[in-house]
Amino acid sequence: MAITTDHSRAVADGAHSHGVVPAGSRAERKTSFDLADIPVPTGREEEWRFSPVARLQPLFGEEHGAGGVLTTVVEAPEAKVEIVGKDDPRLGTTGKPGDRTAVTAWNAAAEATVVTLPAEAVATDVTSVRVEGATKDLTAQHLLVHAEHHAEGVVVIDHRGDATLNQTVEIVVDEGAHLTVVSVQDWADGAVHASSHRARIGRDAKLKHVVVTFGGDVVRLTPDATFTGEGGEVEMVGLYFADADQHQEHRLFVDHAVPRCKSRVTYKGALQGAGAHVVWVGDVLIQAEAEGTDTYELNRNLVLTDGARADSVPNLEIETGEIEGAGHASATGRFDDEQLFYLMARGIPEVDARRLVVRGFFAELIDEIGVPSVEERLLASIEAELEKSMSAITGVAE
Amino acid sequence: MPTLEIRDLHVSVETKEGAKPILRGVDLTINSGETHAIMGPNGSGKSTLASALAGHPKYTVTSGTVTLDGEDLLAMTVDERARAGLFLAMQYPVEVPGVSVANFLRTAKTAIDGEAPALRTWGKEVKGAMENLRIDSTFAERSVNEGFSGGEKKRHEILQMELFKPHFAILDETDSGLDVDALRVVSEGVNRAKSNTDVGVLLITHYTRILRYIKPDFVHVFVDGKIAEEGGPELAEQLEENGYDKYVGTGATMA
Repeated sequence: MAITTDHSRAVADGAHSHGVVPAGSRAERKTSFDLADIPVPTGREEEWRFSPVARLQPLFGEEHGAGGVLTTVVEAPEAKVEIVGKDDPRLGTTGKPGDRTAVTAWNAAAEATVVTLPAEAVATDVTSVRVEGATKDLTAQHLLVHAEHHAEGVVVIDHRGDATLNQTVEIVVDEGAHLTVVSVQDWADGAVHASSHRARIGRDAKLKHVVVTFGGDVVRLTPDATFTGEGGEVEMVGLYFADADQHQEHRLFVDHAVPRCKSRVTYKGALQGAGAHVVWVGDVLIQAEAEGTDTYELNRNLVLTDGARADSVPNLEIETGEIEGAGHASATGRFDDEQLFYLMARGIPEVDARRLVVRGFFAELIDEIGVPSVEERLLASIEAELEKSMSAITGVAE
Repeated sequence: MPTLEIRDLHVSVETKEGAKPILRGVDLTINSGETHAIMGPNGSGKSTLASALAGHPKYTVTSGTVTLDGEDLLAMTVDERARAGLFLAMQYPVEVPGVSVANFLRTAKTAIDGEAPALRTWGKEVKGAMENLRIDSTFAERSVNEGFSGGEKKRHEILQMELFKPHFAILDETDSGLDVDALRVVSEGVNRAKSNTDVGVLLITHYTRILRYIKPDFVHVFVDGKIAEEGGPELAEQLEENGYDKYVGTGATMA
């Protein structure tokens, strides 16, 4: 028997409601490398129902270029970087594309950038993949990050500038390897970015997957994680901050297909300004054979101003009763006026009080990232976002 | 000498059914160094007085005046009132996740004084004040009020009173929910602040037991949104024996 919960449309200050029947099991979702199998969406499909499909329309087409972004890799001394053709057998091993932009990205990319952490190598430095928007021409890109058995390292993919990018990021973590992959979306205002992250986690391997989204017009990231060996562990951490008219969507899928694996998902976002829209969907599937699974996912949204909207949908499907633990939590709250009153009653001006509360909201998550350069950059970006809303507040007050 | 002067104060609270009057003409003058106890049954408006003085947005002043040292307190924002020297020890202190006590105390102290406290002395001062209130030093790194017990929250409020050195402190049922040991520790903190800074104290309480530790100069009985009787410490003793029965009509009841 399958137990399913859905949490459609978490509303401000309300706990999410159980009992809405989702549109079919995640296990039944069509995946394919073939364009013909996954048609152009209308926006009514389960996986597109929150998305601005009109703004993503160019990415649904088959024709993509390759020159819209400049990619620069600065690798750790132990790491290896290659550009390979799409026929390289190491590509396409992390699962098939699961939606239209993922399948067009797969088919449109002619080559791939492969970062390899060789077997048993422990990287002494971060490997940085900088993806800089050069033109707004529609571009497909394919990256593979591969940690061979018992390798350890950190790879940061850093997106900046203005671009229209449809991207595949494959992540392979072989037996016993410990890999951290950080993807930062710090785009200019007009950027449109769809990205399918597909991770495969081997026996006793550990992946920490970190997503940080600040900029862009539309950013839609779909990280999938699949366990292929017992004892695997994935920690997925996300942090986002949406401004007026920005759409930031993060759709995760963790597939517990083998026994005794662990997953932890923690995503937190703040939003401000009219038309700011964030979407978080967390699908977790515990298959019948995945006994001893331990999973927990959490999403929190902090709505700073009127006119912003957050959709939060945790979705847990459990096909076996023999599990360690499975849970989820989702909450979307408005800025808490009682917190503001408490801080202001201690002499702290409203602007500083709001800053304290928002920083506090993210603080715990930032500590979890574990990559100091990313943490510092993140704090600076949060400050910059807050400056925007603070100037609005002081403008009203004066 | 600083004075907090409340004149004919009327306050309403916003409810779904519209504005509901709570305070119906409060007159009270507190000079620095004085301790005034406000006692009354539940629902008499004691806590409303505390929140309205601090500027909580839920309450609307419909008429009357409040001045602090001659300045119009009601014209000030919440943070301006605090910087003018008013402190409210809250009945239900609010959790602020992710903001450490140490960071909070330093930020507030900086805001109130208009300059950052001297690094060398501030650390010592905080540590000493925490020890006096028997607050474990690990609290400095914990989030403000998050996961604190009722007693820990109240001690944290009095810690702030000692460190921020306000001219006037309103203690809103600081004694409620405290066991005898915690009550004694908290009361000692208030008495230290009184002897160190000449702070004027408005002590709001339902019970007389805190008055065994903090001696009031004046006692006011609060009934149905205004002061029904005033006197010295002996009034508290009468209340101890007789309760609020003689004051309570149909409008308010003992809990």
